[in-house]
Amino acid sequence: MTAAAGTAAPSALRRGATRTGVVVLVDVAFAGLLFVGTIVAVIALATLIWTILDAGWARLVSDPAAFLANYVSRIPANAGIKAGLVGSAYLMVLTALLCFPVGVGAAVYLEEFAPRNRLTNFVESNISNLAGVPSVVYGLLGLGIFARFLRMGPSLLAGALTLAVMSLPVIIVAGREAIRAVPEEIRLGAYALGATKWQAVRSQVLPAALPGTLTGTILALSRAIGETAPLLVIGLPIVIFTLPNDLRDPVSALPLLIFNWTSRPQPAFAEAAAAASIVLLALLLAMNAVAIFIRNRYTIRW
Amino acid sequence: MATKPQALSITRRKARTGERVIINALFVCTVLSIAVTVGIVAVLLFDAVEFFQEVDLFGFLTGTVWAPGAGAGEGGQYGVLPLLNGTAMIAIGSLVVGLPLGVSTAIYLSEYASDRVRGYLKPTLEVLAGIPTVVVGYFALQFITPDLLRPIFGRDNVFIFNAAAGSIAVGLMIVPIIASISEDAMRAVPSSLREAAYGLGSTKRQVSLRVVVPAALSGITASVILGVSRAVGETMAVTIAAGNTPKITWNFFESIQTLTASIAQTVQGEAATGTVRYNALFALGMTLFLITLVMNIISGRIVRRYRQVYE
Repeated sequence: MTAAAGTAAPSALRRGATRTGVVVLVDVAFAGLLFVGTIVAVIALATLIWTILDAGWARLVSDPAAFLANYVSRIPANAGIKAGLVGSAYLMVLTALLCFPVGVGAAVYLEEFAPRNRLTNFVESNISNLAGVPSVVYGLLGLGIFARFLRMGPSLLAGALTLAVMSLPVIIVAGREAIRAVPEEIRLGAYALGATKWQAVRSQVLPAALPGTLTGTILALSRAIGETAPLLVIGLPIVIFTLPNDLRDPVSALPLLIFNWTSRPQPAFAEAAAAASIVLLALLLAMNAVAIFIRNRYTIRW
Repeated sequence: MATKPQALSITRRKARTGERVIINALFVCTVLSIAVTVGIVAVLLFDAVEFFQEVDLFGFLTGTVWAPGAGAGEGGQYGVLPLLNGTAMIAIGSLVVGLPLGVSTAIYLSEYASDRVRGYLKPTLEVLAGIPTVVVGYFALQFITPDLLRPIFGRDNVFIFNAAAGSIAVGLMIVPIIASISEDAMRAVPSSLREAAYGLGSTKRQVSLRVVVPAALSGITASVILGVSRAVGETMAVTIAAGNTPKITWNFFESIQTLTASIAQTVQGEAATGTVRYNALFALGMTLFLITLVMNIISGRIVRRYRQVYE
């Protein structure tokens, strides 16, 4: 075992310590136990991915075009994910358009303009508490306010608003961290050149904080797009044979299809669920890769 | 911020009119976050109040049968205890899985792992945290129950839907939460404490268990509370794998139902707006919201306190 930087003790001291055989044995056993505990999560992840691939790969590659382009069907062999895949894409784009500007706006206000008072403190702790609210409760919010009170029904707009509200606190937190990472000297430099506070924020702070904010936003969106419960609660349909043309049209989503197929007893639907899970995981992996690329390529190290 | 240098003294005293508009717009964005909270509480309260006009609060909190009425205006029994029992089983079961794995991962990452190993393990945990819950549910139903629980405990003893599979699935989901927050707390322990212990002849295990873990205990506690809160709010994995049978039991191999699974089950049916069964959704949502909110607030308080201690 190698020591993490900063925690290593000087080796002379450790050699000088009195050590019985038992202590050494217990130490080795403890280290081994920790390693096993750590590796179990890794093995579980590998098993999960293997289970999905093993069950769904054959279904996916036997006729990928049909699987991607067909609507759902009572006959498992004909069932496809078109409505779910396109629906999830629409939901993702609309959610991003709704929550990114508001999230960044709130982050900028809280970091740059908000007075330090009790109201601001209250808003901040409120946001961090919102981030811990279960997604199913956001679903009830969407059902009560968007779907029913505002009469949107189980529509694309209601779904996207629900996901946007759910992602908002995560984006605000990511945005604030990115803004806080911009050194004060950058702002002072702008002021010295005669910039107003807003000019300094707009032309210096925001561009510098953008990669971090974008990374956080993509990660929040990838979480939102994997969510099932809120969409289930607001009543988005699973059996649907049209794509939305309008914000008020009903829309399905990939996780909803996976849930529906998983709940059915026929093994062929379980295979379809696994195949759809492969597509969903690939989508999320791609989004994470983009987020990591932006973080590594564009983040400025001061 | 109050801690920043007084930069304002070299800018214009008052923002321009256009800028005031922008700043006000940013303020509105911030206020929206309060609006979300108000919206959640209002929605939950509004329909929960209607629910409690039909079902008395005491009966709801102490009733031992959850059997919602089938049609519009039908009676049915609305005792929340079976659902709380199911939720408690998942919370405890997932903790039995998630706590040892999460804490040993945190100790390993913070005290033992080389930078290179950390570089591999941390992204792996992030991937695990990012797996959609519906996929974890599929895994629980298609792998954990048939290929793990049934071979070990016997096919006849383990129901196809059971609390144990749900607990293991949710337990795996909270490992990254417990591990990352606990590790933060352990790394915040000053290395002078470790060096002092090494200087007295301690081994790495003794330093880890007798210095680092006690010093980081508040952070570990906070991570555990947050993990439990996540387990309580988890919906899809338990709906898929743990079943939809509201009952009071402590047999983990039986089918149960959690608060969240009950909500998911109701919305899949055709509960018409305004019926008692429909309004029950919001009473359950309110219960769930209050439980997780209290846990999150406590956990947040603890984290803030240990940050102050070492910074």
